[in-house]
Amino acid sequence: MSALPAFTNAPAENTELDLTGIRADFPILRQRIHGKPLVYLDNAASVQKPKVVIDAISECYSSYYANIHRGVHLLSERSTMAYERTREKVRAFLNAASIQEIIFTRGTTESINLVASSFGGSTVKAGDEIVITGMEHHSNIVPWQLLCERTGAVLKAAPFTDAGELILEEYERLLNSGRVKLAAFVHISNALGTINPVKTMVDLARARSIPTLIDGAQSVAHLTVDVRDLDCDFYAFSGHKIYGPSGVGVLYGKQSLLEAMPPYQGGGDMISLVTFEKTEYADLPNKFEAGTPNIAGVIGLGAALDWLSALGLDTVAAHERLLLDYATAQLLEIPGLSIMGTAQQKAALVAFTLQGIHPHDIGTILDREGVAIRAGHHCAQPVMQRYGVPATARASFAVYNTRDEVDALVKALWKVKELFA
Amino acid sequence: MNDLRDLYQEVILDHNKRPRNFRVLPQPTHHADGVNPLCGDRVSVFLDIEEGVIRDISFQGAGCAISSASASLMTEALKGKPVNEIEHLFEAFHTVVTSNAECPKGLGKLSVLAGVRDYPSRVKCATLAWHAVRAALEQHKQPVATE
Repeated sequence: MSALPAFTNAPAENTELDLTGIRADFPILRQRIHGKPLVYLDNAASVQKPKVVIDAISECYSSYYANIHRGVHLLSERSTMAYERTREKVRAFLNAASIQEIIFTRGTTESINLVASSFGGSTVKAGDEIVITGMEHHSNIVPWQLLCERTGAVLKAAPFTDAGELILEEYERLLNSGRVKLAAFVHISNALGTINPVKTMVDLARARSIPTLIDGAQSVAHLTVDVRDLDCDFYAFSGHKIYGPSGVGVLYGKQSLLEAMPPYQGGGDMISLVTFEKTEYADLPNKFEAGTPNIAGVIGLGAALDWLSALGLDTVAAHERLLLDYATAQLLEIPGLSIMGTAQQKAALVAFTLQGIHPHDIGTILDREGVAIRAGHHCAQPVMQRYGVPATARASFAVYNTRDEVDALVKALWKVKELFA
Repeated sequence: MNDLRDLYQEVILDHNKRPRNFRVLPQPTHHADGVNPLCGDRVSVFLDIEEGVIRDISFQGAGCAISSASASLMTEALKGKPVNEIEHLFEAFHTVVTSNAECPKGLGKLSVLAGVRDYPSRVKCATLAWHAVRAALEQHKQPVATE
């Protein structure tokens, strides 16, 4: 298959974005699925990888791989340097104050579990409260429920409107109890696309001396994140949603908090001295990185951040905004289609239902047309319950998607309707 | 589109649109819920068993066309059957939706679901109601899951 043509009739501000060139960076996009060109619209689940990321991982394993932080030999030194260079890249990417504040984890889920276990375990007591929102992914619900079960604390969720916008007054009301030990909330909802007013949410918490954690899994690949500007205490994201490999993620934490927190896991690389009587822990960030980490994965993440930064998040955001507007308008032309999540501030994903047709059937039929979407509850069952639906279909976009691909989605949806007519 | 018609046969589309025995039995002798954690689909099955024979059977729930049609066709297939035939029928049905083996005899209309075998991610949709019936007979208190 030849690369799909770039924008036809593209608005002026977007003509400079060379989609053909961008798409050429992604080997996986050059294939056919069931005989049709692949239209990959499941980017909120996981995004595809540019060749520079694949090459960086391959180069690590084929030319300089060794364990890090302990070898005196050249390969270990080279691997350590490449691994630690990524930490600096992440610091710069998030505009964190120091590399001590960047912890590598397995992903957003582990980052949140780390905070729930270490920060939560050492500060949360019976009767305390954790505040989240009603639009969280399960990974920002269940770790807090586990913490509450262990400690006797209570989990409270701030509701959102029919459009999918957080009700800020309700969120603020929950913060006012005097018992809240942490506010943890999603930056961009994976089920609705809502971009939450996280800076305001952090400010409201900070005014009450409540620490904050932001789940950034869906945001870092789509908009600029500046943790010092946000002034949040923790920020979590995953490598695989930002054009990097799976199995690697990041926890940003303010140094003062991280220093006060006990280790999350014990093992090698997180100690400074071990005797059978007592162990002294390593300084940050190693205190939270027990065991041999995903070395090549971290290095791949570094390559992904380089690739994305060279492209520029402003460029990405502008292109994705056009895709969202185009897709929304085209999808609403289909009779019986309803969009779930219509927030004013919204990321490039569209969750929808088709009257009388279950999302799973939509997903199967679209797949036969080469169109990959997600169908299900998107690990956000409370959101489904809020709208009274068992599941939705979701098309989510990345910078390499085109308007022609939106057209392919719409055409395939008409086939769904035809089959179920 | 043609290969999709192998999956979404007319009988399936019809049972999806007008599911048979889609109601709650007021006083079932056996009842269980099935859930597919993958997609959140739920089905409840109700059986009225007398002297080892399924006098009545019904279901409720929300699911995709495959799971709804499969549940509907299952209730038709099982009504009036001796309980001890269920396991044999489920095995035969499972074979049809998971392997390329020739359709076992005696499946009747259930064989329209054979197209599912080409869609491995949908097998659990087709077997959800059957798992629930099995759980009902074993008197499970917790909803049975396909995962």
